[in-house]
Amino acid sequence: MSDLLPPFDAHRFFVAPWTTDIATYGWMTLMAFLVTAACGLVGNYLILRRMALVGDAISHSVLPGLAVAFLISGKLTLPAMLGGALGAGLLTTFLIEFLHTRSRIKADAAIGITFCSLFALGVVLINVFASKVHLDAECVLYGELSNLALAEYSLGMPAPVLVMGGVAVIVAVLIALFYKELLITSFDALLAGSQGFAPGKMHLALMAALSIVIVAAFESVGAILVIAMLILPGATAQLLSTRLPVCLALSVLHAALSAIGGLHLSLVLGCPMAAAVVVAGTLLFGCAWAVSLMQRRAGFEASMPTESAV
Amino acid sequence: MLPGIALGFLWNDTKDPLAILIGATLVGGLSMLTVSAITRTTRLKEDAAMGLVLSSFYAVGICLIGMIQRLPSGNKSGIDKFLFGQAAAMNGSDIALMAITAGLTLLFVTVGYRGLLTLSFHRAFGESLGLPMGFLHHAMMLLISFAVVTAMQAVGVVLVSAMLIIPPATACLLTDRMHRVLILSAIIGVGTAAFGAFLSFLGSNLPTGPFMVLAGSFVFAMAFLFSPQQGWLTRLWRQKTQKCRIERENTLKAMYHLAERHGFREEGITLLELANARREPLEQIRLQSDDLLRQKLATLTDDGSMLHFTPEGWRKACAVVRNHRLWELYLTNIMQYGADHVHDDAEKIEHVLGEDTVRQLERRLDFPQTDPHGKPIPGAREVHGSSKHRPAGTTGY
Repeated sequence: MSDLLPPFDAHRFFVAPWTTDIATYGWMTLMAFLVTAACGLVGNYLILRRMALVGDAISHSVLPGLAVAFLISGKLTLPAMLGGALGAGLLTTFLIEFLHTRSRIKADAAIGITFCSLFALGVVLINVFASKVHLDAECVLYGELSNLALAEYSLGMPAPVLVMGGVAVIVAVLIALFYKELLITSFDALLAGSQGFAPGKMHLALMAALSIVIVAAFESVGAILVIAMLILPGATAQLLSTRLPVCLALSVLHAALSAIGGLHLSLVLGCPMAAAVVVAGTLLFGCAWAVSLMQRRAGFEASMPTESAV
Repeated sequence: MLPGIALGFLWNDTKDPLAILIGATLVGGLSMLTVSAITRTTRLKEDAAMGLVLSSFYAVGICLIGMIQRLPSGNKSGIDKFLFGQAAAMNGSDIALMAITAGLTLLFVTVGYRGLLTLSFHRAFGESLGLPMGFLHHAMMLLISFAVVTAMQAVGVVLVSAMLIIPPATACLLTDRMHRVLILSAIIGVGTAAFGAFLSFLGSNLPTGPFMVLAGSFVFAMAFLFSPQQGWLTRLWRQKTQKCRIERENTLKAMYHLAERHGFREEGITLLELANARREPLEQIRLQSDDLLRQKLATLTDDGSMLHFTPEGWRKACAVVRNHRLWELYLTNIMQYGADHVHDDAEKIEHVLGEDTVRQLERRLDFPQTDPHGKPIPGAREVHGSSKHRPAGTTGY
């Protein structure tokens, strides 16, 4: 068992990433932060709308979208990828909705059927038509942050970081712009409809944003870990606060902490960084859970005397 | 599940299926407990908890696998096969394990059939009967973990959920009884798996698991669209034909009313009259009369202005009017409705009353001759086509 862990070396694990190796690890941490922050912002709304599993579904069904985009455009350029992912994401949303409103299939089963079928379709498409490109299914599932080191640089930073940063900024700006609309449609779609907001359009827009975030995050963290990035920050934040703005801020903080924690964890354990970021995020979630449990107990005990007094 | 596999792998450094099975089942159980703990103690909903546990455990698994891969002994022999599955790489002991799992599941489902049924449809009711609902629930979860772990070798960790969901969902669309759903889903599962595997053997280097899933999705799509009871297109088609029938019956009824107003004299009904009676534009009435002609329920005079019933059309018109008036009578006499409240209700029910119901109504109302508004109710003999009592001439023959 002892040879599972690399020999402990405090300098290499905790100091070097921030001094000598900042060129690689700095970008990796920044990338991890951007991915988790963008996903976490969107994820807050997914959790509020009880659509966490739809994120799961879209993260898998982006694969055939990418495959089709590749087949049509011939190479994996950024617009093609975004377009393919967008199409796949909207198709998934539509199919899920269609299956469970038009038959007795329940929503959870509809999600499962849709994403499994689309994912299988994607694997087959890739195997049959595109087995020679780097778009292989395993990379889609795993993702690897250290691929950043191989990426081309543009504007002084690795291209994926640039893309992810752009997506994160756009998501943040959109959430700021449409804050009121998102809030009201997430909490009470009927009220939103009666007030003249368009819950259907907001739903579609959120799904579109979700697909774009997922495809941008994809290469570095993979399809399954993206789900963790979507849910963990929001879930942690919502354990600690009941105010949406605070939740959004907390999930960005969670993203930063888990990115840095993940970096060190991956060095200490010697495991892939994307997974380590999620593990660090899970640990943070565990802490938040413990805090919320203690708060509940404290609140419960505090409320006891008043109740007995009444 | 993944960390379980990795742990089982760590336990004795080989891809021993039994160790992996035990590890995966334990972790599966742990993850289920975590989900229920999160939903019970926090505000997070079940979907968020599930997604969270799923992906966090997965991340732990990837970390472990990453660590194993650096072991001198851990040449990751086949461990990444669990991600996508490799049906061709299975050996005898894998298959024996699958057979045992399948046998256990079959036994459990047969023995615990009633309990599982109650658990799935109404847990509280089962508890009130004193059935061991908690035990059954956990036993079922355990079996699901077993099934998932064994199936993972064939289709991989992602597509395993397709194997779990698609066959039962398809069966659900095709039948209503639980035992039929069980049998049918087993048949569908086996059939689609075999077909998918066959397809993947046709080409070289085609993945088996995804083809099995795609075959399943295809069958599901067919069931979704064309299932006799539940199918989407079937239901659309039924609705459309139903709508056409009701439209047609309404036209026939209007014609009957006009003929009645004429005192069943020997003349047809002009389209203009019909348009006035139904308060619809003449074009609409023309379309409807075309429909009647196609169905051979009416004939049109040569100049295209007058409709006459055919014997069949007359029978149908009588039946609709009879349904309508009988129902009105039932509502006033037996249900004590006011005579001015019964028409709208009868407008709807006249199209769906069956033969037997009408007879029953007649018997309860003691074979009435007139409806609450004093109009005569066409008798059973006219509806069933005895020519003697048909008012002469109205048929156009």
